[in-house]
Amino acid sequence: MDIHEYQAKKILSDFGIRIPRGGIAYSPENAEFKAREIGGSKWVVKAQIHSGARGKAGGIILCKNELEVAQATDKLLGKKLVTNQTGSEGKIVNRVYIEEVTNIKKELYLGLVFDRASESIMVVASTAGGMSVEEISKEKPETIIRSKIEVAVGMQEFQAREIAFGLGMDFNLISRMAEVIVGCYRAFRELDATMVEINPLVVSKGDHIFALDCKMSFDNNALFRRSTVSELRDKSQENENELYAADRGLNYVGLEGNIGNIINGAGLAMASMDMIKLAGGEPANFLDVGGGATPEKIVKAFKLISSDKKVKVILVNIFAGINRCDWVAEGIVLALQKIKIDMPLIIRLAGTNVEEGNKILKESKINYVEATTLEDAANKAVKALKKLGI
Amino acid sequence: MSVLIDDKTKIIVQGFTGKIGSFHTSEMIKYGSKIVGGVTPGKGGQTHLELPVFNTVKEAVKETGATASIVFVPPAFAADSTMEAADAGIKICVAITDGIPSHDMIKVKRYMRRYSRKEKMTLIGPNCAGVISPGKALLGIMPGHIYLQGEIGVVGRSGTLGYEAAQQMKNLNIGISTSVGIGGDPINGSSFKDILEKFEQDEQTKAILMIGEIGGPQEVEAGKFAKENMTKPVIAYIAGLTAPKGRVMGHAGAIVSAYGESAVEKVELLQESGVTISKNPSVMGETVKSILKGR
Repeated sequence: MDIHEYQAKKILSDFGIRIPRGGIAYSPENAEFKAREIGGSKWVVKAQIHSGARGKAGGIILCKNELEVAQATDKLLGKKLVTNQTGSEGKIVNRVYIEEVTNIKKELYLGLVFDRASESIMVVASTAGGMSVEEISKEKPETIIRSKIEVAVGMQEFQAREIAFGLGMDFNLISRMAEVIVGCYRAFRELDATMVEINPLVVSKGDHIFALDCKMSFDNNALFRRSTVSELRDKSQENENELYAADRGLNYVGLEGNIGNIINGAGLAMASMDMIKLAGGEPANFLDVGGGATPEKIVKAFKLISSDKKVKVILVNIFAGINRCDWVAEGIVLALQKIKIDMPLIIRLAGTNVEEGNKILKESKINYVEATTLEDAANKAVKALKKLGI
Repeated sequence: MSVLIDDKTKIIVQGFTGKIGSFHTSEMIKYGSKIVGGVTPGKGGQTHLELPVFNTVKEAVKETGATASIVFVPPAFAADSTMEAADAGIKICVAITDGIPSHDMIKVKRYMRRYSRKEKMTLIGPNCAGVISPGKALLGIMPGHIYLQGEIGVVGRSGTLGYEAAQQMKNLNIGISTSVGIGGDPINGSSFKDILEKFEQDEQTKAILMIGEIGGPQEVEAGKFAKENMTKPVIAYIAGLTAPKGRVMGHAGAIVSAYGESAVEKVELLQESGVTISKNPSVMGETVKSILKGR
């Protein structure tokens, strides 16, 4: 789960990391009031959406008086911001963060992630702050410092100090920087995070260390024990179909193609999408109804896929393992009695009782094309598309 | 021979009396697995499915001589159950549970470091289909009847894609020595490499089919291991050619976040290690067949 910048800042400040003065606003009047409350003569108005690269998309506006703050807020609120991370549909701005301007002496990068190879937490730091970590590793790889943290004993002070020295900090700021790094590590561990990123982490002209922008992501599987984190979820930042699916126990990811698919199991779903691509088509989605493929889930899956306007052909691929194809077939027939599908439908069943399953489908009144193998199913789906003249 | 389990392996079930545990225990018994009891804290002394229930794994091991366990415990408590199994002297533990927090799995991996290599329990999963040695024993949730006994070792992340492979091989009359599902989570008990090592040492296994997917370094690491340490041929399929970067594709671990983690990059790196690639998921069986013919 992702959270907003202002939420991540609040969390990190609780772990001892200094953040510039700021406040959240939901209206231009609100924003103007906040700016006055913060004081000073320069502010930034930052669109709060679940995405980085907001600056390039016009989501961060520098203001020199309270009126400008109100105008910038008015411009951003309700707008859909498209960044290189949001996809073409963009993300809606429902709140803005007003923040005092920091006089920057030095911009740094600090990130913490799981390292799957060593199964530990990896700290990544660089003196090239402000650029994305991908850009840094491409353009300035020599500036990157990596430090593996042994989770059984936690981060040691010398490790934090090494990173601080590696970042070229002035001597008087070493221990302060080490505290920032340890604070991030503690937040990561204590809140079941999967990513903490401060970019840029800055040294101000007054020699203070501030988190100017930050991001945190959390392990969905651990939200049950992190109520303070789970209540930060903002559903307006999630894709509508993905939200619908997640709330119904389906695993769905929307894609750009036009062949919708309903499959049981994540691996088989990825494999079926690969087959569609190799057959010359493009999948409209990833959808895993779960290994069991119960009739209820199949009904929900049909509802979801048929509501996607991109979808022109539907491919169903179910491998019945513990359950049986005849039962899955009954589920499909039931689903199609409830939902009208007026596009080509390709169904491939495999596994336990496949003959009985296909017999049930044939004897029902549903209009479909039967497929035998993964390859056959993908080919028939692409053929159906061509028949439609697409 | 087979790896990890055979018809003599004594098995206990953790999370025994729950709905899912009960269902799959019955299926395993039907397949011929030697289930000797189960563990549900607080229900010790009762009988379930005509088998004894114990409060702790230690007690169950002491009374039954079990060396294997399978975990159906809910995600919040499953990591604890696997550590309890390790401490009780269980040799192989399969964690079926989906949804264990990553921080908990890291804890499990650290906990296991207290044991010497010889004493260490083999943990399979979590979020996996388990292990089957066809014709001998099932320590998992796979449909047993689609597996033919034979000479191919199978190791994969996904359940249903593993079934797909088993079915394709059965249709070509190719049998399996053992099939191992290592699960779809980012931090798991046994890696592809760990299982390849076991297949290399197993006399019955002549070749290995590895079914990987996007995300993480394990498939590539296994390819390097095969090149340097194995005499048996390895065939691989990598799922997720069409998966966009940075999105989780169903399995918590199926996410491309670094170089070498996409399907295209993994295929290239595996080919460099001399692994034969099944070019699409529909020809996994045929690719295995062509390798067997060529020998």
